[in-house]
Amino acid sequence: MPLQAIAFYLMAAVTIAAGLGVVSARNPVHSVLFLITAFFSAAGLFVLLGAEFLAMLLVVVYVGAVAVLFLFVVMMLDIDFAALKQGFARYMPIGLVVAGVLVLEMIFVTVSVANGGKAGPGATPQASGVDISNVETIGRVLYTDYAYFFEAAGMVLLVAMIGAIVLTLRHKPGVKRQNIGAQVARGPKTGMTIVDIGSGASVDEGSLNQ
Amino acid sequence: MPLSDLQLAAPELILALSAMVLLLWGAFAGRASTAHTVASMAALLAAAVAAVYAPHGRAFAGGFVSDDAATFAKVAIFVASAVSIPLATGWFARRGDSRFEFPVLVILAALGMGMMVSAGDLISLYVGVELQSLALYVLAAFRRDDPKASEAGLKYFVLGALSSGLLLYGASLIYGFAGSTHFDVIAAAVGDGVGKSGVLFGMVFLICGIAFKVSAAPFHMWTPDVYEGAPTPVVGFFAAAPKLAAMVLFARALADGFAGALDQWRQVLIIIALLSVFVGAFAGLAQSNLKRLWAYSSIANVGYALIGLASGDQAGIQSMLMFMVLYMVDVTGFFACLTALSREGKPMETIQDMAGLFKEKPGMALAMTAFSLSALGLPPFSGFFAKLYVFKAAVFAPNMAWVAVAGLVGSVVAAFYYLRLIKVMWFDAASGPVEATPTEARVIAIGAAVFSMPLVWLALHWLDQWAGAAAAAFGHS
Repeated sequence: MPLQAIAFYLMAAVTIAAGLGVVSARNPVHSVLFLITAFFSAAGLFVLLGAEFLAMLLVVVYVGAVAVLFLFVVMMLDIDFAALKQGFARYMPIGLVVAGVLVLEMIFVTVSVANGGKAGPGATPQASGVDISNVETIGRVLYTDYAYFFEAAGMVLLVAMIGAIVLTLRHKPGVKRQNIGAQVARGPKTGMTIVDIGSGASVDEGSLNQ
Repeated sequence: MPLSDLQLAAPELILALSAMVLLLWGAFAGRASTAHTVASMAALLAAAVAAVYAPHGRAFAGGFVSDDAATFAKVAIFVASAVSIPLATGWFARRGDSRFEFPVLVILAALGMGMMVSAGDLISLYVGVELQSLALYVLAAFRRDDPKASEAGLKYFVLGALSSGLLLYGASLIYGFAGSTHFDVIAAAVGDGVGKSGVLFGMVFLICGIAFKVSAAPFHMWTPDVYEGAPTPVVGFFAAAPKLAAMVLFARALADGFAGALDQWRQVLIIIALLSVFVGAFAGLAQSNLKRLWAYSSIANVGYALIGLASGDQAGIQSMLMFMVLYMVDVTGFFACLTALSREGKPMETIQDMAGLFKEKPGMALAMTAFSLSALGLPPFSGFFAKLYVFKAAVFAPNMAWVAVAGLVGSVVAAFYYLRLIKVMWFDAASGPVEATPTEARVIAIGAAVFSMPLVWLALHWLDQWAGAAAAAFGHS
């Protein structure tokens, strides 16, 4: 299908260009914006594969939450990104070697797949059929076959939550906090003191606390 | 998912539920208490008992395996985790920094380790590894006001994330070529030889990722820094249970999933094992900090365990299990000693700090001597039997006798630093009085030392049987 092919090449090209932009942009905010572009085009690729639910998740979770969070962090932290890139030229050769190895692997994988080098019954995962939606397909396995993994992932998130609290929460002594319960419960009896002041005496802390 | 699946996962359920209950208890009480600590230890021990009685089989659509190997590893892991709790809570309490999250995180790490040794699927493998690692990152940085501990936690986290990336990349290649994340389907695909080169490519990445978790060279860079910076009792926990869990995971993935590619993974494991043995031996020579020294020692010891695993047959896996369990006792005992000892308010962490320890604290000095000689592999100690198993398995495996010889050479080199420590403890002059040692650390250290020297002769008989049964459970997926 030519239309699909055009859409695929367009979105694939945008993804790669945006990916290059992420690592080459001078301004970190631009990097994050490039990242969002890459996520969007990757979501488009998912739609082409018939996995519209994954595409939606990619947009909602990665674009909506993660990337915006990145943007906040980048803007709020005063990091000197120019200094971070100091060693760029020095580490360039080793980076190129690693990138070269990864490119070779990708070529190898593509060639093997093209030669029919896949095996096993599930080698070509199918998008859900016509009669049921993506969400339903995932829902059918997520809480049955994959219940164990799902619950385990929940435990991982629990650890992350405990970790964040353990490492950052501090109870500072001497901080004044609003106690709404005490404020509401305050009535004329507790909020007012009638002090009998003798002639010539003054109102001081001692007489108020009687 | 039939309800009987839950029975198989009873140890994990106990841990998960008790972690949540203990978390709520701590949050409402607002502080750590002795009852809380004891309850968390009881939860771990209950899980160990449940592991013994859990029925065998596969649960959750093959994602969870309960067999003799899982039982063996879980009992060792949960008991080691339970032992580390009083050691650490006592240490934190003496520094006025006791928090109720510590036992909860240890339980969650133990839960992750239980999932790792029961993994029957790449997804449960990964989730187990992540659960365990995340808890360990937090434990490494638990003393957040100590810059070294924060550095250790951050370094561990960043490098751990990198290794998870490697592991996931490998897993995705395996999934792509084998068509499934289940170890049995992968094993079938490897056996058919279809798409084998792609699966093997993924396997090498998977090995790299797990090698990072067991801190085998060349993926060991994080170990000395993390051991040096993290709180001492936490290091004692790091060096014992998670290593065993990752080694059993290694055996699970390779012997269950890649039985048909034994020759290929054996090559990779031999390279990693010998590199670890020699890096551990030679780099350890230059260390003066005991925590760093034992980090290199643990790298070398993981190398020996990997030699056992590389043998690939049942005797090889059995030797690996024996080696790791006996090593766990030594390393826990050694770090219990380090936790206990301080001089003029400062923890004794360098070799020179140990000068004259024998005159001050003969019991501690004897225990540390026993652990050092055992890690060195001297005959009457447990470490000797551990190495004996490994080298025996290697000698009988085809074309692996030279690996055993190389391993022996490495252990001769490493003998130098263990003997130097012993010499300093026994013959050098003390620089000041050693403070009184806390009871719980003393009890754990002496107990481990007694196990390492006479008790192991009795225990060896049963350990051999259990490890043999555990090793027989592999390769039947």
